[in-house]
Amino acid sequence: MRPRRYIGEDHARPDSPDKVAGKAVYIHDMVRPGMLYGKIKFSEHAHARIVSIDTSKAERLPGVKCVITGANTPQVRVGFLRDNLALKRDRVRQFRDEVAAVAAIDPDIAAEAVDLIEVEYEPLPAVFDPVEALAPGAPLVHEIDPRGRPCNTNRLPLDYGHCTGDIDEARRRSAFVVEGDFSTPVVQQACMGTAGCIAEFDMSGNLTMWAKTQIPFLAQRDFNRALMEMGLPGNNSRVIVPALGGGFGTGLDTHCYEYIAILLAHASGHAVKVVYDREEEFAYLSPRQSARTHIVQGCDRDGRLTFRDVRVLQDNGAYASWGATYPTVMLVPITSLYTVPVVRFQAEIVYTNNTYCQAMRGYGNPEVTWAIESNLDDLAEAAGIDPFELRRLNCNRPDTTTPMGLKISTCGLDQCLDATGEKLGWAQRRAADRRTNGDKPRKRRGVGMASLIHVGGSGKIYKSDASGIILKLDDYANVNVYYGGVEMGQGLHSSLSLAVADALGVTPAQVHINETDTGTCPWDVGTHASRGAFMACNAAILASDKLRARIFQWCKQLYPEATDFDLVDSVITLGAANGPSKQLELAKLLRAIHFRDDGDMLTETVFYDPPNELPNWKTGIGNMSATYTFGTQGVEVEVDEETGDIEILRMVSAIDVGRVLNRQTLEGQVYGGIAQGIGYALYEEVKMHKGRILNPGFTDYKIPTAAEMAFPIDLVFVETDDAHGPFGAKGVGEPGLVPTAPAVANAVYDAVGVRITDLPITPEKVLAALAQRD
Amino acid sequence: MKVGLEFELNGVRVAAMVAPHKRLIDVLRDDLHHPGTKEGCGEGECGACTVLVDGRAVNSCLFPALEIEGRAVTTIEGLARPGARLSPVQRAFAARGGVQCGFCASGMVMSAVELLGDNPRPTDAEIRHALAGNLCRCTGYVQIVESVRLAADAVDEEQES
Repeated sequence: MRPRRYIGEDHARPDSPDKVAGKAVYIHDMVRPGMLYGKIKFSEHAHARIVSIDTSKAERLPGVKCVITGANTPQVRVGFLRDNLALKRDRVRQFRDEVAAVAAIDPDIAAEAVDLIEVEYEPLPAVFDPVEALAPGAPLVHEIDPRGRPCNTNRLPLDYGHCTGDIDEARRRSAFVVEGDFSTPVVQQACMGTAGCIAEFDMSGNLTMWAKTQIPFLAQRDFNRALMEMGLPGNNSRVIVPALGGGFGTGLDTHCYEYIAILLAHASGHAVKVVYDREEEFAYLSPRQSARTHIVQGCDRDGRLTFRDVRVLQDNGAYASWGATYPTVMLVPITSLYTVPVVRFQAEIVYTNNTYCQAMRGYGNPEVTWAIESNLDDLAEAAGIDPFELRRLNCNRPDTTTPMGLKISTCGLDQCLDATGEKLGWAQRRAADRRTNGDKPRKRRGVGMASLIHVGGSGKIYKSDASGIILKLDDYANVNVYYGGVEMGQGLHSSLSLAVADALGVTPAQVHINETDTGTCPWDVGTHASRGAFMACNAAILASDKLRARIFQWCKQLYPEATDFDLVDSVITLGAANGPSKQLELAKLLRAIHFRDDGDMLTETVFYDPPNELPNWKTGIGNMSATYTFGTQGVEVEVDEETGDIEILRMVSAIDVGRVLNRQTLEGQVYGGIAQGIGYALYEEVKMHKGRILNPGFTDYKIPTAAEMAFPIDLVFVETDDAHGPFGAKGVGEPGLVPTAPAVANAVYDAVGVRITDLPITPEKVLAALAQRD
Repeated sequence: MKVGLEFELNGVRVAAMVAPHKRLIDVLRDDLHHPGTKEGCGEGECGACTVLVDGRAVNSCLFPALEIEGRAVTTIEGLARPGARLSPVQRAFAARGGVQCGFCASGMVMSAVELLGDNPRPTDAEIRHALAGNLCRCTGYVQIVESVRLAADAVDEEQES
């Protein structure tokens, strides 16, 4: 094995100097020659027929270059179910539906012009509750499907489920059974950099898109299809990804605003930029969707889990994004968090006239882990077993296969549970009087924990789950890396540069990662499913191995006396059987290879496809990831029984990461995930009334600040060294937020004996529950 | 109808013709081509647009452009020294993981600069209080607080040497 000089240590990120100097270029900062500013006119009704759109006043405003509507542009369909239109034609189905757009020479004129567009609507009956949407006679959000066939239900045509064993039989044979309903709210990803893009056509009809995306190549496919719909068949779109300003799932779909920028650019002949302001981001960009989960779990007399039965209802909103497919990831914890032999899962995804939802970090996992782990504490209580012991008893084990067919290669969940229990002082805290706080008798303390399983070796949800990489060595031993995944802040470029440095044998400073660009980088399915570092580093190792083989082949040819070779920190060591070894700079060798007759330059490409399977979604079976990440979080809280306030006193987070790649960025990922988990647990909710978003800004939508996150957090990294992981590492992008909310809720229950079942756990809900308790 | 405006930007006298309704952030980003200052919300809630005016941290998205006449503004572009030498606070954020997506970084660094100017040895609680007006969605703030602490140590050392 190659020595690891860089992997595993604490390294500064390669992108941080530019970012702290204000030099990183985000979409918000980019200007193209002759660029116009696009602005969108959104619907003023949750469900209505568009009677007429009068754009004449807007068109007459000086500085306006063009005004487009569904009537004067080609029809461009959006979404993987093709159920959305970039510009709506005859009907709006949510408050944020795009009905017209303007391109003008400056943003103020564009905004003024949008206000001059007059739209006449005929309101239609609307439905805002997923249960009501399923009732007979409910207004149909879509009366015909994208293929023109009549719809008779608001249920989306997506079938996800699972059934292993006989639930009724398992339930009958269980010593203890508990049942509960749990719900999670709509929340905003709240990237600090809002959504935006620039679209520009060249004179051959090819499109360049600077896009805030996590899926440049799927976006290219989507945009190419749009070009076809626009009467530009055979033309190409090139997607370039500037500094992102946060992703958290918002970049997993292509969006109406992007197609509108394309239509405006095509209609005006200019580059067009569309950037959302914060209010637009909250009101018009798809948030994380809500879920209502009904769960039943049982165990035998000793506490061994006997079955888990889960039904999920998702309020999808008016159109389908990839976020509609959350059940593909919900399957993982439902079938495979802890050892449970009998499992049933049913998911219903329902159209309503609410804002349509999309992906967010965790992708369905936090929604159902909230139910599983809260309900598991109830089961422990029913069975008279300590919740920690119940989890320990049912812990996943390495080299096992779960009901979904997940092949658990390595598993450090037992170590995560133990570390959390120990660092939290579980046994002592559980035994202690909850009113330990003598001078504040109305306050009670409690501890809680919850665990997670997540895909840790990519997650196959698309027909290819691969990632390509190109490593190009130049005359100075710089390694130019072309990788199609996206650095959105998570630290992909940090782990990738360390992996290349170690795998190839150069210094991290010699590794230069190029901008993600579909024109120069090989294909990648996208930066989702915690797959960035896992995929990029695995691909980098394979490509580095090929480069090393070619370097050493040239060494053999140029230095025939040498018998063995090594390359570390871009210095080649040539070993000879008789006599001393010789050292040679890699750059010198590369120039010697280049500048000669029949010279060569060393570039290698690898298309890495991980060993995982596309599951059968109807049966919910298939090993969707090459490995799985496990973890446990523990929380100590103090609950004020008079105000309902919850103070987090401290947290422990233990994760089986396989292997630490860069300790600093790993810690950053987990801390950041926990902050989002705390927001989900205690503060965040997009409030809606009849489809209208009531809190579209940070004034009324609170995300945690440095003041809320002031409690100590203990991080533990368990290293299980997974055979499929690069240097043994597993994906860690999403896990940080997955179990936080149930860990908090379980601690609240421990403190004051009330079970909150709907997030966020606000003081009002705690007080209401306390009133019922007393 | 535009109004002439003169002020000091990162130590240099500058002039701009701006519409009266413009905000300081518009003048900085659009008229004077200093895009390092970011707009995260436009309503003073997120702190991404923090700059120093006469040494005090302000939200440039709430600051009327006309009010800047004759005053001194420091933006993120004004901290690094020639030759790509980051300031101690910037260096600390870069070294300690105080930045992830980077969109909040400019404002976060400016708030930290103000804090350390007033209080060279802040406690963690003081750091968190000073940065509570700067939202970050990536880091959970732990490494940001560590960065400010590291910067305080570095400023100390620089002054001693």
